[in-house]
Amino acid sequence: MTGGQALLTIKDLSVEFATEEGLIKAVDGVNFSINKGETLGLVGESGSGKSVTALSIMRLIKPPVGQISRGEIFFDGENLLAMREDRLRKLRGNRISMIFQEPMTSLNPVFTVGDQIMEAIQLHQGLNKKDALDKSVEMLKLVGIPAPEERVFNYPHQLSGGMRQRVMIAMALSCKPDLLIADEPTTALDVTIQAQIMELMKTLQNELKMGIILITHDLGVVAEICDRILVMYAGQIVEEASVVDIFSAPRHPYTLGLLNSVPAYNHGKELIGPDGKARLKTIPGMVPNLAELTGGCRFFERCFKGASTCREHEITLNTSEPARSFRCLYPVHIGRNEQGFQGEVSHG
Amino acid sequence: MASANSPVPLLEVRNLEQHFIQYRGLISRQRSIVKAVDGVSFHINGSETLGLVGESGCGKSTLGRSILRLIEPSKGTIHFDGEDITKIGDGRLRALRQKMQIIFQDPFASLNPRMSVGNIIEEALIIHQLGATKKEREDRVVELLGLVGLRKESIARYPHEFSGGQRQRIGIARALAVNPKFVVCDEPISALDVSIQAQIINLMQDLQYSLGLTYLFIAHDLHVVRHISSRIAVMYLGNIVEIGDAATIYFAPKHPYSQALLSAVPLPDPKRKSRRILLRGEVPSPINPPSGCKFHPRCPHVMPQCKITAPPLVKLSNQQEAACYLYT
Repeated sequence: MTGGQALLTIKDLSVEFATEEGLIKAVDGVNFSINKGETLGLVGESGSGKSVTALSIMRLIKPPVGQISRGEIFFDGENLLAMREDRLRKLRGNRISMIFQEPMTSLNPVFTVGDQIMEAIQLHQGLNKKDALDKSVEMLKLVGIPAPEERVFNYPHQLSGGMRQRVMIAMALSCKPDLLIADEPTTALDVTIQAQIMELMKTLQNELKMGIILITHDLGVVAEICDRILVMYAGQIVEEASVVDIFSAPRHPYTLGLLNSVPAYNHGKELIGPDGKARLKTIPGMVPNLAELTGGCRFFERCFKGASTCREHEITLNTSEPARSFRCLYPVHIGRNEQGFQGEVSHG
Repeated sequence: MASANSPVPLLEVRNLEQHFIQYRGLISRQRSIVKAVDGVSFHINGSETLGLVGESGCGKSTLGRSILRLIEPSKGTIHFDGEDITKIGDGRLRALRQKMQIIFQDPFASLNPRMSVGNIIEEALIIHQLGATKKEREDRVVELLGLVGLRKESIARYPHEFSGGQRQRIGIARALAVNPKFVVCDEPISALDVSIQAQIINLMQDLQYSLGLTYLFIAHDLHVVRHISSRIAVMYLGNIVEIGDAATIYFAPKHPYSQALLSAVPLPDPKRKSRRILLRGEVPSPINPPSGCKFHPRCPHVMPQCKITAPPLVKLSNQQEAACYLYT
């Protein structure tokens, strides 16, 4: 967060989408930065703006549907948002690359995996076909695909989900990027394959010293491989802290609520239901409709600490504690007479 | 399996097999048999939850559907409330289906988009001839909506107007409309956001208590399964490799696959040093499963005999059974 020059710095980013319900701000004033060799976790639920933030870095938000309405994104000192398209194309897939969630839909079904990896290598590194093919085989080997010299001629449908995700990773890493954006890279995979892929990403990061922005809703994955966490809610960053601080001392009630929703986080400290069995401490309600925001704290309706002052004006980030920030007037202090969220009341 | 003092099982499955025939090749039509469920036996006691875990393709969803005879089992018996439902005719089966319901994974695909929520739930009542008049059925629908935490105004609305979590509540209301005793929950929370998952888990637990339901809870998230289940069964390529008391399986798994599966699940605790058992390779194809113990090509403890014959499920204690030569 401080010290040295950041690899990527996002300043006051806002992204708007034109919808039937009017203009909505999917990302609203987001600020953060990431250093070389660092893994930053971007956590939030559907519609929180985490994927839109990632797509903005790659400048993949296209008018007229969506547009970046405000902000700057500095990569290695240059503003990506003011950059000419041809210059940007030299960075994309080369120094900044991205892994998407769905390995089936993000690979082209009519080309072999080799063709697809070679495309980026030939384009960015100017290798000839033969060298690019050798390099592709080497990349497939690196990501742990058995018999890579045969697999390189396979089509995507001939590979399993885990293998396809490895191909995506091989492709993303083929030009040794400085920054890797991974949008839910393991969500579609089984846990034993997820474990293999996470291990692989950690190893490769050590080797290549790249910065990784990991977008996920899986708090277990985040705990395991991230250094720092950003929690997003309804288009805003509501909390930023080191991974240890987020899990041991969350300040924003939403962060606490998310953690409590995971059965393993609170094991043994849950609420007890009428049947004597454990119940999770849930966050009531659901995320607000971005078209119908009423000002003030966006988490207000679902918060156990909400007070009338929360609604009066936009909540700014509280930076009173070192190396962390949170968007809350009444932050949580675990262990200090906190009630937390209650389990849903039994109906009927 | 049932010891002297244990209650009579509500559901008892014996040697269940579910085969699918696959044709390959355009000219010489090769016929191959996929044994999605390959000789599975277990029981579920009344008012308990059996958690069923395993990776994609292990046969857990197929097993859930065979039990309800949504697909016809190839072999084996299924006793529900003392009656072998593999031997009954369609009429009797329909009557029994009232007692056995299912909640599906995908709340977006499992509700008819052209029917209002009221009609979706009422349809179940009409099929099973519950509620003599339209008014009675409507009252019941409103009651069910309340039960799952939806407002009664929802009755006239259509599925697309609801969020994923709310749709799953509609799916639950539809399953509960006919007063079932037993519900197969096929990954009911996998498609939902974390905070909504927790709400649905609590709702399902509350309903189980207030209505005395018995669940077969199919999932791949082991933390969730441990939380909601009284017992857990672990499946691998069509077989149950370990079954027993939920806490025992979760904290002290014996089968090498259960151990690897558990260790692969990342815990929400950054201070924990991971002691991960990384499995080699991927789940093999069920069309051509490995010989002997199907897990042997990936097993860190593989022994010569594992490649020859499959180990039977043996009792390790009153709380635990596992199918592995390490324990025989």
